[in-house]
Amino acid sequence: MTQPHKPTGTQTAILMLEDGNVFYGKAFGKIGTTTGEICFNTGMTGYQEVFTDPSYTGQIVIMNNVHTGNYGTYEKDVESNSVKIKGLIGRNLEDRFSRYTADKSLQQYLEEQNIVSIEDVDTRALVTHVRTKGAMNCIISSEILDEAKLKEELAKVPSMEGLELASTVSTTEAYNMGDENSPVRIAVMDFGTKLNILQCMVDRGAYLKVFPAKTKIEELKAFNPAGYFISNGPGDPASMDYAIETVKAIINEKKPTFGICLGHQLLALANDITTFKMHHGHRGLNHPVKNLVTGLCEITTQNHGFGVDPEAVRKAANVEITHVNLNDESIEGIRLKDRPAFSVQYHPESTPGPHDSRYLFDDFINMIKASLN
Amino acid sequence: MPKDNSIKSVLIVGSGPIVIGQACEFDYSGSQAARSLREEGIEVILINSNPATIMTDPMMADRVYLLPLTVESIEQILEENPQIDAVLPTMGGQTALNLCKEADELGVWEKNNVRMIGVDVKAIDTAEDREKFRQLMIEIGVGVAPSKVANSLLEGKEFAQEIGIPLVIRPSFTLGGTGGGFVNTKEELDAALERGLQASPIHEVLVEKALIGWKEYELELLRDKNDNVVIICTVENFDPMGVHTGDSITVAPAMTLSDTAFQNMRNMAIKMMRSLGNFAGGCNVQFALNPENEEIISVEINPRVSRSSALASKATGYPIAKIAAKLAIGYTLDELKNQITQTTSAYFEPALDYVIVKMPRWNFDKFKGADDRLGLQMKSVGEVMSIGRSFTEAVQKACQSLENNAVGLGYYGQSVKHAEELIEYIKVPKWDRIFRIKDALMAGVSVKTIVEATKIDRWFIYQIQDIVNMEKELAKHDMQSLPKELLKEAKRMGFGDEQICRIMKEDASEDELYEKRKAWGITRVYKMVDTCSAEFEAKTPYFYSTFE
Repeated sequence: MTQPHKPTGTQTAILMLEDGNVFYGKAFGKIGTTTGEICFNTGMTGYQEVFTDPSYTGQIVIMNNVHTGNYGTYEKDVESNSVKIKGLIGRNLEDRFSRYTADKSLQQYLEEQNIVSIEDVDTRALVTHVRTKGAMNCIISSEILDEAKLKEELAKVPSMEGLELASTVSTTEAYNMGDENSPVRIAVMDFGTKLNILQCMVDRGAYLKVFPAKTKIEELKAFNPAGYFISNGPGDPASMDYAIETVKAIINEKKPTFGICLGHQLLALANDITTFKMHHGHRGLNHPVKNLVTGLCEITTQNHGFGVDPEAVRKAANVEITHVNLNDESIEGIRLKDRPAFSVQYHPESTPGPHDSRYLFDDFINMIKASLN
Repeated sequence: MPKDNSIKSVLIVGSGPIVIGQACEFDYSGSQAARSLREEGIEVILINSNPATIMTDPMMADRVYLLPLTVESIEQILEENPQIDAVLPTMGGQTALNLCKEADELGVWEKNNVRMIGVDVKAIDTAEDREKFRQLMIEIGVGVAPSKVANSLLEGKEFAQEIGIPLVIRPSFTLGGTGGGFVNTKEELDAALERGLQASPIHEVLVEKALIGWKEYELELLRDKNDNVVIICTVENFDPMGVHTGDSITVAPAMTLSDTAFQNMRNMAIKMMRSLGNFAGGCNVQFALNPENEEIISVEINPRVSRSSALASKATGYPIAKIAAKLAIGYTLDELKNQITQTTSAYFEPALDYVIVKMPRWNFDKFKGADDRLGLQMKSVGEVMSIGRSFTEAVQKACQSLENNAVGLGYYGQSVKHAEELIEYIKVPKWDRIFRIKDALMAGVSVKTIVEATKIDRWFIYQIQDIVNMEKELAKHDMQSLPKELLKEAKRMGFGDEQICRIMKEDASEDELYEKRKAWGITRVYKMVDTCSAEFEAKTPYFYSTFE
């Protein structure tokens, strides 16, 4: 039970933002240099699930909660096979933990996964800055302590806007999940799906075939699916012409179709509704959403830096708004009037997060079952 | 759906005198509720027998009655104020609830055409009656500790055999846990059963499995009439099961809870609240968690604004009583605004970017001869709440605020005990346990040994170890040799100037240290309690000081 403890104040690390602001802190995780787009997550539990969520590809995450790592890491609490964030920023990153099932400390885990991190940063000041100035690139280093050099490195990082990242985290080979005798056959377009999204469908009796991002419609049809699922994923949806093309073809199949997060944005784009880069996005476990169909509310898990244009949705004659965000009235859910297709901007699998929205998986599976009769 | 416009005049019932176990928290909730209703243009009439409260200030309500909390007083008020059309009984703790229930049974409300709002009488009955609560939990598939009701010594012994020691004996229908206790050995069983049976007016006790070493958590919920539910705050007890929550050091947000375990707990809490009846308002649910396998068992549910709601309100910035009052008159959560940001929705779950520590304050020196061991019955006379940007900072600030010469985590009731004695001493929860844990760590006792002796989660002990290590480091210095980085680190860990001066090897003056600190630019900054971890701009936040 005795755990090694890193003596305090060992190694300095620097965080530099694109706008020139610099924060000094202490090195954590891997010693090195990393770059990415800065964002913040307000969740108070489930850090490991966040770190392994493929939608965070290319991003450096600030954890607003002041202690991260208290319950260590556990091989089963993952959303993909590796850590996907590019860097971590915290107030107190803990290298000692208490949890019977945990197998590693956060320090050991991040080191093994090559994640450069910084702690002892005034995260509240930093979050307030990002909230005011918006998303921007940043660099963390625990090896280069020369600010001019860091600035040089930071200038090389491309902007998230217009960046296609989904194909980099999608599966390279198609694979199956669930009971192969199930009539509920779902073709999954993997743009960086979270494991628990797939699990939520399998738990409800579905048989899945998960396809690489750039798979053509003919190949999807060859699986003889009863429904289609369009996954979450990282990057700018507007840069994904290949995917928009596939989603258009999927909709024309007139089979039950469900999209989450990036999948929601792609469904919108396939219906000529534009998307945009948000000021600083929504990331956390406490976002209030109202279901306009039932009138009930749900607390949702969110992770997105792009959104669907509300004006464009309202103008689209074939699209109905089903869910809205109660904080900023952003579009959280849509459905097509002439096709059995719907999507949500938030994460109903909610790992981490409240399980209020899991009914959407029931809805989807029931839609497929009804279409089979 | 806007508010219920048929409600124009509301009676709020206060909690009466301040006693151990029921203090000023209900003054806070009552005052908030009065303000909340009046801003809706509703007339507020208030009854409380305690004039030493904020809520009885003339400007808080339209009319204030300083009368004994009896049905007679209620009848008198209703006679003088026939316009009253509703009573809000959930703001004055168990006292107010009991009085309103009594009046209900006597038909007082019905006779005067007064509705009880924000409450469901059946829900209270179920929550108060241990056997009914147990049955309901089993029905909805929520775990409870194994237990059986016994009406005789023989029966009790039989059940004790079945369930196995350690046990808790809980007498039925006694106030504040009187006559209850733990049975840790076979020898203690007979005496505990007899004591319990005698304490119960109906000669009945609940023989329950004691969840020794399980961790304890509390969730604060709000629900509206459409059945929308939010969790306002999750509180983790530093002390494991066995110490009354009012006597426990508690921490928010939960520090050692995985998301899997927390979401299980959240689902159970919502299920429990929904199964309990149909009321719009606040609710408090307590759970025990087995750290070995994360099994969760429900301990208690309080379908009202409670002691913990006041703490949760202060801890998160979310005004629970104020919103609960609005829900009672028919609003739904999605129609209301977050009171702190004023732009975002009241239907959300607060996110914290700081640590809250609540520490009880006992006065055993004023109660000579009183048993200073902590258990099922609450013994503290007050509490402090502190805010920090780390657990170490918050816990030291709490110690400094106790007004008992603690000067941070140290120097309080300084013990001269040796390591071996300390290990024995901390096995029994007492008022000074956290201070003795620190002493034990100072004496070189390992974290493992302390965890085994106290069953306190080891993460907390690691944190106290950090404080101990810092103290040892500071002790190597005097004012001249004290390094800037060390001082900064110490301030961030909540060490007070006076505390640092006492620790350093030469006598040092606080003023001198202050000047040094100022010259080095190690000064306080102020951070907001804004309900949302800085995600949105706050219009009416409050502040705490810290070092960054």
